[in-house]
Amino acid sequence: MQPIAWQLSLVLMTLVAFGFAFVAINSGRRQDDYAPLQIRAYRLRTRLFWGLVLVFGPAMIYTLMDLPYGATRARTGSGAVQVIDATGYQWRWELSQDHVTAGQPVEFRVTSADVNHGFGIYDANLHLVAQTQGMPGYTNTLRHTFEEPGTYKILCMEYCGVAHHNMMTEIRVDAR
Amino acid sequence: MATYTYEHRPDHGAKAGVLAYLATSAAVLLLMMVFGLLMRLEQAQWISIGADRFYQLMTLHGAGMVGIAAIAGASVMWHFLRQHVELSSRIFVANLVLFLAGVVMILASVLLGRFHGAWTFLFPLPAKSMGMWSADAAALFMGGLLVIGVGFLLLHLDVARAIVARYGNFARALGWPQLFGHDDGKAPPPTVVASAMVTIVNVIGLVVGASILTMMLVNLYVPGFDIDPLLAKGMIYFFGHVFINATIYMAVIAVYEILPRYTQRPWKSNKVFLASWTASTLMVLFIFPHHLLMDFAFPKWMLIMGHIIGYLNTVPILVVTGYGALMIVYRSGIRWDMASKLLFLSLFGWAAGAMPAFIDGTITVNYVMHNTLWVPGHFHTYLLLGMVTMVFGFMYYLGKPDHEADDRLIDRIAFWLFASSVLGFTLSFLYSGKESVARRYAAHLPEWLPYDRIASVFAVLVIASSLLFVGRFFARIGLARHDYQRAPVARAATA
Repeated sequence: MQPIAWQLSLVLMTLVAFGFAFVAINSGRRQDDYAPLQIRAYRLRTRLFWGLVLVFGPAMIYTLMDLPYGATRARTGSGAVQVIDATGYQWRWELSQDHVTAGQPVEFRVTSADVNHGFGIYDANLHLVAQTQGMPGYTNTLRHTFEEPGTYKILCMEYCGVAHHNMMTEIRVDAR
Repeated sequence: MATYTYEHRPDHGAKAGVLAYLATSAAVLLLMMVFGLLMRLEQAQWISIGADRFYQLMTLHGAGMVGIAAIAGASVMWHFLRQHVELSSRIFVANLVLFLAGVVMILASVLLGRFHGAWTFLFPLPAKSMGMWSADAAALFMGGLLVIGVGFLLLHLDVARAIVARYGNFARALGWPQLFGHDDGKAPPPTVVASAMVTIVNVIGLVVGASILTMMLVNLYVPGFDIDPLLAKGMIYFFGHVFINATIYMAVIAVYEILPRYTQRPWKSNKVFLASWTASTLMVLFIFPHHLLMDFAFPKWMLIMGHIIGYLNTVPILVVTGYGALMIVYRSGIRWDMASKLLFLSLFGWAAGAMPAFIDGTITVNYVMHNTLWVPGHFHTYLLLGMVTMVFGFMYYLGKPDHEADDRLIDRIAFWLFASSVLGFTLSFLYSGKESVARRYAAHLPEWLPYDRIASVFAVLVIASSLLFVGRFFARIGLARHDYQRAPVARAATA
């Protein structure tokens, strides 16, 4: 997902840059009669508007199809759900167990004993694969199926005080 | 549809109050930029200040930048709005006095009391420092924010009074008779429409912000006065989102007012313009759940609303304001100078920054990018290359010696240095976000250091070019008070 977000951002930012550069380059010679220019520009703007609606409207809806909130999130896995209770403290994580089996859904029940924390799961390449907030007084249920065995890091994703950056632990994911 | 023609408006000098606002903003901006650089250098492991000091700087950097963005934005709005309605100079000055009082409280809280609960003061962190700061230090910080908020509330109430006195009510100030009825071409000018929008959203935002600050202040000393952390989070992000967004909507008035003077073309409140500002008024109020997408306990419908409005909110920026600037500049014969170049660049910065921002507001993306450096990546793009650049453009406009004055070579170099280094700086953040680098970490993992080092170099260049812009403003501040033609006349049409 991150590479897609990065590439898409670069493409869109570049398109915006082209628009501004095109106009800057074509700004020097004045066309006194603004009215015909306005009419053409408004027509183009209408097309641009509908183009945006046609491209980003479906994208906006499509990306709502796979929300991380529901129980279907870990549907790719099979077998019994492995439940881990995760509680954040300033500045450590307390997990009810620190190893799970790959390919089998895991349900993290994340909460906090003190302030806001963020429960971020990082793979062996240090890429964030899933997260939820750890809130005092609330339990956020994060469902994830680890496809690859290995050691995953849990990092805190919400600023929680002076040792926020040290609030890490690990989860071992065993092969099936 | 009504037809619009350009009507020449004289270039007024700034009141002393406006210059005091801008001088305060410029000085604090440079200081906060240096704090930001120190944070990046610490992450790059090129200096060693320690986590305690890092988070203190981070808290000051956040609060300071939001504060001066608001002060600078308010100065732009006030300068131009007073040419349409009668505003109170006393209240304008009172806001700055309260702001400075709040700044002193915040500085004392952080530098003396060692408070470092971040500018977002998420409940209950200010009350739970693990012995790192006292309840008094936290109270001083939140009290400082409250004092600043009260000042802005006074300012916006005065703006509301003046707008209602001139236009009768906010519906007319937003141009609803022309939007929903016949467009007779008599809708209020963009400055009034934008000021009305900002006033509506900021009054609501500030009241919510003041409410949660007051609740948390009581909770600090009476812990039995319990607060729901999720409610607190929602209120804080509602206030924070509205307040920081309003700074852009205030600063963009400089673009609406100044670019038409350079192009001798109208930027008027037609139906599309009015529709976009009414839509933005609503969207700015309802978009805040996109900050809470990883709070699974938050009502789902609100999270989905945040996702959807995140997409919709991009449309007015791109299709109305960004596109509007392109329209009036295209084949206008505009004479580019520092003011017009910076204002044009600022709209690029705003529009470009909106791209990674709406992508981040996509729930499935947010799931793997929330609270990574992707977030400061997009907000630095539209705030630094957008909002702050609008203010730099306004400063150059006010200080322009005369309408035919040429820019110095060093300023022209600084412009390109600024544009390229801000892009390098923000892209370093965005790339770090792509690589999952967590946000607000005093110490980075070894794998993340290269991005921090690249960003640090760009940050130095951003500061160097900003220093020149600010220096030029202070050198010309004497000119800024006088009424004379600043905007150059566009080139005549060629056969």
